[in-house]
Amino acid sequence: MAKELWKGNEAIAEAAIKAGCRFFFGYPITPQNEIPEYMSLRLPQVGGCFLQAESEVAAINMVYGAAGAGARVMTSSSSPGISLKQEGITYIAGAELPCVIVNIVRGGPGLGGIQPAQSDYFQATKGGGHGDYHLVVLAPDSIQEAVNLVQEAFDIADQYRNPVMILGDGMIGQMMEPVEFTEVKRRQLPEKTWATTGLRGRKEHNIINSLFIDPAACEQHNLKIFEKYAQIEKNEIKVEEYNLEGAEIVFAAYGTVARIVKNAIKALEKDGIKAGLIRPITLWPFPKANFLKAAEMPSVKAFLSVEMSMGQMVEDVELSVKGKKPVYFYGRTGGMVPTPKAIVEEAKKILGGAK
Amino acid sequence: MTHQIIMAGFGGQGVMSMGKILAEAGLKEGKNVSWLPSYGPEMRGGTANCSVIISDEPIGAPTVTEATTAIVMNRPSLDKFEKDVLPGGHLLINSSLIDRKATRDDINVYYIPANEIADELGTGKIANMVMLGAFIKVTNAAKEDTIMEYIAEVFSGKNADIIPLNKEALKRGADCIK
Repeated sequence: MAKELWKGNEAIAEAAIKAGCRFFFGYPITPQNEIPEYMSLRLPQVGGCFLQAESEVAAINMVYGAAGAGARVMTSSSSPGISLKQEGITYIAGAELPCVIVNIVRGGPGLGGIQPAQSDYFQATKGGGHGDYHLVVLAPDSIQEAVNLVQEAFDIADQYRNPVMILGDGMIGQMMEPVEFTEVKRRQLPEKTWATTGLRGRKEHNIINSLFIDPAACEQHNLKIFEKYAQIEKNEIKVEEYNLEGAEIVFAAYGTVARIVKNAIKALEKDGIKAGLIRPITLWPFPKANFLKAAEMPSVKAFLSVEMSMGQMVEDVELSVKGKKPVYFYGRTGGMVPTPKAIVEEAKKILGGAK
Repeated sequence: MTHQIIMAGFGGQGVMSMGKILAEAGLKEGKNVSWLPSYGPEMRGGTANCSVIISDEPIGAPTVTEATTAIVMNRPSLDKFEKDVLPGGHLLINSSLIDRKATRDDINVYYIPANEIADELGTGKIANMVMLGAFIKVTNAAKEDTIMEYIAEVFSGKNADIIPLNKEALKRGADCIK
């Protein structure tokens, strides 16, 4: 199939349909509105169901219901709307149900603005709702990668019975790039024998619940979920290493910011400074080992995390580097996008001081 | 070769469409392309702009902060983006609606009376295609034939009668560049 020009939000929606998603529940918010708009057109064509709920809270609980019945289901929103969905998300994680949640992040806190941001990193990777749980968080840096990751997200969700979040920013949602809808390799997945679809000859009802009133049982449930998370940390880390060989400074950046950093790396190279990049594609599980390995490289003098936030992922970089090298932060926030030039200047400032 | 283009104007002047058409043409010619719009509470009469990159290399940042070319369709866009053109780059000014000259002397400036030409062709709506015609004449970022191939795909069937108008607009724009 030839490459076609697609808008990020629409490509994400089409990728979900290609992955077998047949249910979408959402509520409008900029800058992700093209996702529900596209779903409202396409889902009826493939025998699916699109429903614009009365609120984000209703939408996520509809996702809970459809996931419990074993359907492939997705919702999407942007930062304030994702905050509203947190109660439902922790219930879905607690009940061990698969679904895909797209967050096209905008500036915060509060209503914030509508321009691109990465300030929902903590919320996405550290739980977001109450209780001990994780989402698998995938952060594409291009529309093509978004299309591939969305399709894989449904398989990851089904394999581990856990919600998966696609974390993009307003640029990923709004920009257009060439996309090829190649066949993504499907995983061998277990039957959804747990789904609440009626008895079908069985004697016992399937019950989906996140209530464990006996503390010992609740602890057991947590331990079981965390065994699953250990498997995810072992099997599912995705990361791109770029130009690390001989690098004096290693950038940490994800999503569209990683692309801006790559421009900065090229500019630094022209000035005789070798710089590399570690781009986490899974934000949870975080590619700790890649950072530790880079920290042990003799050429590396420092790390610089570049984000569209006041500094969130930088904390995971610090934890991963274990104090072996200094970790610095540069960011723009509230919808402002860092320029390659500013990143170059920041790197030079750090290296000047580190020498 | 990498073209980093900013296109800007009033909402309704066809700035976003101009960018999309260019990106589609670049893709048809086998280039790497990206199209990034300003988005938000813009509406007809508000300001709108998009960043288009056409490159032989893989595209890094989709944002354009240093433009090889800026196309400005109205005065606020000239005021905002003149400074973002790289030295030696190009600035295309819609002189029908912009009453001042460029202030920089380290860039190539072209004045195109896009709305006057569009009105002569019968509709002001086609001013964006006049500018696009001038742009490809200056930069060779895409071929006129490729743009027309895309236009013919979009306006098929009962809308096909506006295809020649688009071709004429591109040509009249190109004729402005000596």
